[in-house]
Order: sequence, then structure tokens, then C-alpha cells
Amino acid sequence: MGKIVAVTGNEACAQALKQINPDVCAAYPITPATDLMQRFSSYVNNGQVDTELVLVESEHSAMSACIGAAAAGGRVATATSSQGLALMWEMLYIAAGTRLPIIMPLVNRALSAPLNIHGDHSDGMGARDTGWIQLYSENAQEAYDNTIQAFKIAEHMDIRLPAMVCMDGFIVSHSIERVEYIDDADVKNFVGKFQAVNPLLDLDKPKSYGPLILTDLYHEYKRAQHEVMTKVPKVVLEVAAEFEKMTGRKYSLFETYRLEDAEIAIVVMSSAAGTTKDIIDQYRDKGVKIGLLKPRMFRPFPYLEIADALKHLKAIAVLDRADSFGGYGPLFMEIASAVTSMDTKPAMINKIFGLGGRDYLPEQGEHVIDELINVAKTGKVQTVKEYIGVRE
Amino acid sequence: MSKKFWETLPQGSVVLEAGSSAKFKTGGWRSMKPKWIEENCIQCLFCWMYCPDMSVKVTAEGKRAEFNYDYCKGCGICALECPGKKGNKAIVMEEEGK
Ligand code: SF4
Ligand code: SF4
Repeated sequence: MGKIVAVTGNEACAQALKQINPDVCAAYPITPATDLMQRFSSYVNNGQVDTELVLVESEHSAMSACIGAAAAGGRVATATSSQGLALMWEMLYIAAGTRLPIIMPLVNRALSAPLNIHGDHSDGMGARDTGWIQLYSENAQEAYDNTIQAFKIAEHMDIRLPAMVCMDGFIVSHSIERVEYIDDADVKNFVGKFQAVNPLLDLDKPKSYGPLILTDLYHEYKRAQHEVMTKVPKVVLEVAAEFEKMTGRKYSLFETYRLEDAEIAIVVMSSAAGTTKDIIDQYRDKGVKIGLLKPRMFRPFPYLEIADALKHLKAIAVLDRADSFGGYGPLFMEIASAVTSMDTKPAMINKIFGLGGRDYLPEQGEHVIDELINVAKTGKVQTVKEYIGVRE
Repeated sequence: MSKKFWETLPQGSVVLEAGSSAKFKTGGWRSMKPKWIEENCIQCLFCWMYCPDMSVKVTAEGKRAEFNYDYCKGCGICALECPGKKGNKAIVMEEEGK
């Protein structure tokens, strides 16, 4: 039996890392992820873990050191946010292309300019195409649980890919919530002993990492990388089933809430999903058949599974906490892609909300639902993409 | 079912064979070619030390031997560093194909 505690999202993730005790962590501080690695560094200092903590001079170096340590044959983790992730950009692709299972809590934060330290998904969405697995968390409990599961997913012998565990900056990273911790021994047993693949430190079998691959083979390597991603959902579900057996907490590729008999639905990720569930309850009480779908695994994106869960709907509103300037919101684009496989397509609207940590308030969700009821009734969409909660 | 070609590639493009770069002859990149003038050579082995590509061969007795043109890219570092004898270089660069 685990322990029930009142902790922040950062504290919960640091606890998960402590319980897993990685071989190497290389980190550089950045708000709001600073506090996570700062807590972890005190575990190192107090001898509660025997991790080699490498304090580097930038996030580019942090990810570079993680790549080196992972290639050497170690279990490796780091954490970052926003500009830190942006500075890692080059190395993120190398970690994935080299198939190194590095785990990184990403405390989602807005990108400059203008400079802002608060939560939105611009950083994570920017890393969409890097080849990393991405799991998004609604609250501190999910951030903790996802971190533990991420190790088992990423290190699975069929996968060997890096994974990001995302949680909303400040909203989750710095808010104290009720979290159930799992016993140390159970966490250790769950993630298992790390098994290295082609470790550089196996000196009897010399090898090279990072060769130049040109027109003769690059295309084939990318084809193989795509193939690995197609195997991820099965592993995510297997790991979730095992996790549920241990904790009773259920995880999947996405979560649905009152969706089965719904006519309209909101699709939204992370902490805003919690607020939206409350609003949905109020509308349900008024007899409105509305539900929610909250993607957990954004990369790889489970297009067919989500399409199946949404196929009975008349209208869908996708709420994005990031924008693709000159395009629709990144989550909307994925849901729109999923919808292409349906015979009868629901009407869809896209709302951009909560950028730079702007509060997502119940009345914003209510306005969206009121509009959605109308869209479902008329089948007509006035404006596809719109900002909500804007001061006018 | 037999595997497709791309399925047989080593995971993460790791090269599992030690010393396999010997198979990749880079001499074809060369536009300038170093030429060794033995009578000016004082056997200092600067050229061997400075060559970024191990293209200066050394005999079992530790004596300067011919260039290995299979890999020499013609960078000219050896010619620059060569002290030669009494101001006469023991390595000169010549245009390839001349
Ligand atoms: S030209 Fe450059 S590559 Fe060729 S032998 Fe001299 S130093 Fe080596
Ligand atoms: S650097 Fe010049 S002098 Fe010295 S060993 Fe090489 S060729 Fe001879």
C-alpha cells in the first residue's frame, strides 16, 4: 500500500525520479521545471539516490549529456520547460533518431516573445515532430503516474524511444494536490532493471554512434523510425494495464468523460480537462448531452482509436492551449485528421485558450458549449478558429 | 515472412562493426595531392602526427613511408607543417590529375 500525500506536480515527479533512481541526470534550471530538478538534486546530495547528476551550462548541453549517457548504456532522465526545450531542439531529434530511451518531464510553459513564464502547450507542440513519445497529464497524480509508466514504455525492447511527460506549468507543477505515492519497492519492481542496448561502455564490442547516413540509407532509417512509433500504442496499453493492477488507477491512450451517449463534445488536454468536466456536469444536469475526450498520448497520435470514440457526435469543439500561427491549433489539426476516417463527419470548431497561463474559467467553457449546441442544431460553423478569453 | 530491407538496419543507426570506416575510401574527395620528396625528408614525422586522416604511412621501423592516397583528402596540413631540409620542403601540394 502506498502513501497519500499533499504535494505539487513537480514534487510528485521528483519523487518518481527518486524512486526510479536513474543512472544519470543532466539538467539546467528553467522556470517552472527548476523546482523539480532542484528537489531531485537534494536527493542526490542527501544520498537518497546514487544518480550521477551532471550540472551543465545550458539545455543543449543537458540533452547532449543525456544522449551520451544513454548511449553509454545508462538509464537517463532530465526535465525542462519552454525556452529550455527550444534550446534542446537539435538534440531532441538526435535522441529519438538514435533510439535512446531518455525520460523528460516537460513542465509546459509559453515560448517567448513576449517573455512569459506561465503554462501553455507551445513548447510541447513545438516538439511534436521530434520523434519523442509525448504523454500529457491533467494533474499531479497523472504526472507522477505517467513518469513511472514512461520509463517502462520508453525502455521496452520493441520501442527504445525517448519520452516526454507533460504537465501544465504552475497550474499543476506548483499547486498542491492529493497524490497517492506507490511504495518504493513496487515502483522499482514495476520499472525493472535497466537493460542497455548496444552500450558504448561495453568495450569488448566497439561501436560508433551518430554516423553520416546519406541518400542511400537515410530514407530507410526514417521508415524504420516511423514503424517503431506504430508499436507504441500497444505498449502504452500493456503498461497501463500492469499499472492498473498495481495501483487500481486506470490509464489509456485518452480518457473519455460522459462521452458514450453524448451528441456534442469538447476535446481538451491537461489541466483544463478537469475544469471542463465540472462544466459538463452542469450542462448534463440541464439535459444537454455533452461529453469530453482528453488525449493522454499526443505522440504517437491515436487517430483511429479517437475517431472511433468520436464517431457518433454531431459537433466537436477542440480547445488548444497553443497556436500554430497561420494554421489551426495543433490539437484541432490532429482531431480533424482523425475525423477524415469517419463516414459522417461531425461539425468542428477550434478555440485557442489560456496562452501564457491565462486562466481558463468556467464561463469560457460555457460559451463554447452554448456555441456548440447551436452548431449541432444548425450544422453550420461560423468561424472555425477563434481565440477565447481575450480582453476586448 | 522475410524482413524488408529497412527492417534489417541496426537500431538507431549504430555502427556495430569496429574500424568499418576503412571501407570508406575518401581519397576521391581530393583536388590537391601531397607529394613526398624523400631527399628533403628529415624523418621528424610531423606529417604523421598532424595528418587528420592517418594517411601518412610509417614503416615497422618507425620511418616515414609513402602517403596512403586511398584516404588522403588533400587538406595540405602535412605540407604546411613539414620543416623539410634547409628550407626545402619534403612535401609539396600538386593539383590532382596533373
Ligand atoms: S594532405 Fe592532409 S590528408 Fe593528405 S596526407 Fe597530408 S595531412 Fe593527411
Ligand atoms: S614532416 Fe616533412 S620532414 Fe618531417 S617526416 Fe614528414 S615529410 Fe619528412
